[in-house]
Amino acid sequence: MSSDQNILVKLNKAGFSLNNKWLVKGVSLQVEKGKIVTLIGPNGSGKSTTAKIALGIYKKIDGSVEKYTNKVGYVPQKISIDWTLPLRVNDFMVLTESLDKESIDEALSLTGVIHLKDKNLGDLSGGEFQRVLLARAISKKPELLVLDEPVQGVDFTGEIALYELIKKISDELNCGILLISHDLHTVMSATDHVVCLNGHVCCSGSPMDVAKNNEYKALFGEQASQILSRYEHRHDHVHTSEGEIKKN
Amino acid sequence: MLDDFFIRALIAGIGVAFVTGPLGCFVVWRRLSYFGDTLAHSALLGVTLAYSMEFNIAFSVFIISSLIALTLIQLQKRTNLPGDALLGLLAHSSLAVGLVVIGFLSFIRFDIMGLLFGDILAVTVDDLLIIWIGGALILLVLKLIWKPLFASTVNYELAEAEGLNPDRAKAIFTILMAAIIAISIKMVGLLLITGMLIIPAAMARNISSSPQKMVMYSIIGGLLSVILGLFSSLEFNTASGPSIIAASLFLFILSLLNIKQSIKLKN
Repeated sequence: MSSDQNILVKLNKAGFSLNNKWLVKGVSLQVEKGKIVTLIGPNGSGKSTTAKIALGIYKKIDGSVEKYTNKVGYVPQKISIDWTLPLRVNDFMVLTESLDKESIDEALSLTGVIHLKDKNLGDLSGGEFQRVLLARAISKKPELLVLDEPVQGVDFTGEIALYELIKKISDELNCGILLISHDLHTVMSATDHVVCLNGHVCCSGSPMDVAKNNEYKALFGEQASQILSRYEHRHDHVHTSEGEIKKN
Repeated sequence: MLDDFFIRALIAGIGVAFVTGPLGCFVVWRRLSYFGDTLAHSALLGVTLAYSMEFNIAFSVFIISSLIALTLIQLQKRTNLPGDALLGLLAHSSLAVGLVVIGFLSFIRFDIMGLLFGDILAVTVDDLLIIWIGGALILLVLKLIWKPLFASTVNYELAEAEGLNPDRAKAIFTILMAAIIAISIKMVGLLLITGMLIIPAAMARNISSSPQKMVMYSIIGGLLSVILGLFSSLEFNTASGPSIIAASLFLFILSLLNIKQSIKLKN
């Protein structure tokens, strides 16, 4: 067990509702220095919402959030740059913090997009843009990194390289990472702690524990659970469209 | 030298252009042109108030425009009406109330045309002080909130997540908008102030590749518009506001030629 002073952000039974509908409810988790916590779950299960609660973007929440750092790097799931804003990669890198040229170049080199430095953001492909987003988030050497599907649209070999980079960053900077990912193989190999969401915390623990969990299997199917385990259970509840949980 | 009304107008216009350049870029980036219009319309009420209470015009316009901006924020929280409907409601009702009040103040002679379209003859040495000191203050504050304001213009959640407090920057920017309208109303007139904000910035967008360049070109465009506009206003005896805006339109059309060329180059 790690001591309390390693905790960067802690959610206590946190929840967020919009227009009287709960997007996510009762989430407790914590991210510590040097650890990678991964959120998994189907579409609409509240992964991004949970990340935004942890970041303090949503303020009117249920439960509480304790944040112990202000050095945060964030890669949002969606971001669109308007044409009216002429913005080059170089301008985007210093958006929230002033950096020297070396730090900018180093981060862009790490994610393999240093050659795009003077390009307009609007001219980048989806994968290139994603690499720039990741470079920007790590360039300020944050204590807490929140990555919402950071490798979407990145080619296959690039994807593996970027996940290795994320693992390396977590070790080198000793920063805590809250990662949202759909790639279960990666989740299982690189993560310290997995939280499986479906409007609430279905199950959580080490990747091995979660893979064995019956609820995880019910959500992702047999094959997913066989990635690490052949352990079998029965799903004991179903989720209705309103986000209620009914016991079988 | 400052006795010459034309020199005064020129100095006033140049001061205004330095401020509308960068603010105009944010108006274009944040899609606030109708918001600017609303504040400008409400300025009429501020002017009538200034006349009836023998108060400084710029100051009372600033107060009224700020109040309208605060009212808008409150209305947005309390109703589900879309933003443009609320803006229209505030713009036209404040303009109407302003005009009604003018009707009651029949003992004061109003130069309505001057209010709506600007009047270079009306610029006094006091106005110059207000424009240059007020303008310098606006630019100073804008420089201080530049990072959070710009970051949240690109992406609100990114700015909020990384601890930049975008809500405070937005609130301060709203006050700056009220302030620029207050100091430029005599020059450009309340119907055309938004044009002074938007057109040089739109021109600048066509020819710039980074935000800093866009701000710079926007200032240069504003300065050229003021100089061109005022000289033609003197030459053809036209109102100062429309002449300045027409000059900025001319520059905007020129910038379109540049954009056509760059599109050709790409293909």
